[in-house]
Amino acid sequence: MQLILEKRAERSRTVALASPLIAIGLTIVTMTILFMVLGKNPISALYVYFIVPLADGYSLQEIAVKATPLVMIAIGLSLCYLANAWNIGAEGQFLMGAVAGSWIAVKTQGTGAGHWVLPAMLLLGALAGALYALIPAICKVRFGASEILTSLMLVYVADLLLDYLVRGPWRDPQGFNFPTTAEFDPVATVPTLIEGGRLHLGSILALIVVAAGAVLLGKTIKGFEIRVVGAAPRAARFGGFNANQLILLTFAISGALSGLAGIIEVAGPVGHLQPGISPGYGFTAIIVAFLGRLNPIGILIAGLFLALTFIGGEQAQITMKIPLDVTKVFQGILLFYVLACDSLILYRFRIVSSSPQVARGAH
Amino acid sequence: MELTEAIILSVLAASTPLLLAATGELVAERSGVLNLGVEGMMIVGAACGFGGAWLTGSIIIGALCGMFAGVLMSLLFAAMALGLAVNQVATGLALTIFGVGLSGLIGARFVGERITPAPHLHIPYVSDIPLIGRVLFGEDGFVYLSLALVVAVWWFLYRMRAGLILRACGDNHVSAHALGYPVLKIRMYAVMFGGACAGLAGAYLPLAYTPFFIPGMTAGRGWIALALTVFASWLPGRLVIGAYLFGAVTILQLHAQGAGIGIPSQFMSSLPYLATVIVLVLLSRARTGGSTAPAALGTVFVPDR
Repeated sequence: MQLILEKRAERSRTVALASPLIAIGLTIVTMTILFMVLGKNPISALYVYFIVPLADGYSLQEIAVKATPLVMIAIGLSLCYLANAWNIGAEGQFLMGAVAGSWIAVKTQGTGAGHWVLPAMLLLGALAGALYALIPAICKVRFGASEILTSLMLVYVADLLLDYLVRGPWRDPQGFNFPTTAEFDPVATVPTLIEGGRLHLGSILALIVVAAGAVLLGKTIKGFEIRVVGAAPRAARFGGFNANQLILLTFAISGALSGLAGIIEVAGPVGHLQPGISPGYGFTAIIVAFLGRLNPIGILIAGLFLALTFIGGEQAQITMKIPLDVTKVFQGILLFYVLACDSLILYRFRIVSSSPQVARGAH
Repeated sequence: MELTEAIILSVLAASTPLLLAATGELVAERSGVLNLGVEGMMIVGAACGFGGAWLTGSIIIGALCGMFAGVLMSLLFAAMALGLAVNQVATGLALTIFGVGLSGLIGARFVGERITPAPHLHIPYVSDIPLIGRVLFGEDGFVYLSLALVVAVWWFLYRMRAGLILRACGDNHVSAHALGYPVLKIRMYAVMFGGACAGLAGAYLPLAYTPFFIPGMTAGRGWIALALTVFASWLPGRLVIGAYLFGAVTILQLHAQGAGIGIPSQFMSSLPYLATVIVLVLLSRARTGGSTAPAALGTVFVPDR
């Protein structure tokens, strides 16, 4: 008796639709066990994680605010992953976008500059993110260097650059030596949608990005090329698609969206540049992209779900003293289950009575 | 003289975790498996290694705990990437994300605690020879172990039949399967070896490098170890050169910061990461003709009957 993996004749549509839900279900079962190991009541812990944040308006806004960068970054990443280009340095591109956009905010501080400031910041943030993402892409296309490793290494570099700027040249002189820039001027701030609320214009931009992603992938030839290059590289070569150009393109789009998310985060919810502006958005967005099955609408839902776990995790820390690392463990486990369930779309398990003896030959 | 000796000693200490983790990953990659979860296995190894040593007071038990944790993590990877034929890149990323959270969870109660770090070898008179005495005969046990491991891996890969079979799985899994070798089982052992090495490398940090545990203390060393296997063209001997070069870059930037030359510390701290990028570009460029990577590296294998 042996359990073997067997390729399905065709992709299973039922499993394809159900797999994210099965994955979430299995994750919740695992989390229940983890909470019990930690000596917490699993029912109330799950309640705090998943239900409490949905119960009041403030938390709902906060979920949308957290989901905004996740969704934006994940849409870009999904393009890369569909094209089989592995950008895992979105965190660095996010930080570079934040830094570049903040440059305008810092330089125009108190000069009474007009309403061009915020659009310029967003543009520069997106541009910086794209350029920063093009470094690993060019290294890959031109020299064949692994984009996985180079894009990740650049995360640490961006982190250190941001650290240098807010401790050095950009530090707020009135900031009691804290490593932060001064609070941005109103013209350099992303406006909120509700008076006194947290929800800001960036969330609308994220929705536009989702729509644009859906159009690009579903309705355009470029989107088709991206999907073919990833799924069937040989067919793409016969079709005359330029794989290298697509790597550059997807990396640039992905970097631009990460950079945009970065400057929106800084000019919106945070309000100034400081270290630790991201609780790992660039890495969590990888999970969002896969949980959303690399599909724009799926990513929107997945982004909201993971944002919920961020808020739930904070609540659980405050009310139940559950460490914040539980959220990271949760996200890691979720990605494992998502990938495992996705595998069952292409393969199925079969029990065979005994493995056929392979003749070793006489040596 | 004193300073040179101090620098060489600290370079060796900084290089050892890189060398340990990269050696394990090299074996896994030679069998055709790209495990990007080295960072995750290392950081869990660090937390468990410190926990084991702190609870029992024994460095050796700590090191074993780290290795064991690394193996468990690698089995998770093997179940996914080999058992369920999931994309190896995505699985490795998941392992790292999971590992960072898990180590924070395990290590939370050890933060702020201290242990006596691993003792250094001391041979009377011999270890007291100026300069070379302490460098050659006054290291902690892990340094010697890491070098012995490289030799053992080299011997295994190039002088033993089992090593030849392992390399065959990495270069052409279909042929290896057709010859009747259990490709997935061999790869699982290779991944487990990689996990043990990564766990030990992680445990080295709180057991010998700094005598305490801080969350996130691996700081990307697992990723640098991955880059080292590329740097070494998947050859164990070159791994030693690569690891010591990177150790040297890490330590020299620290000394440069200490000496107070006018460059901001953040720029110096980013040197190891920038060096990795530059080295990857230069090396990949140098061998545009044909890659030296195992031919089946990172590809999914599902045996058909």
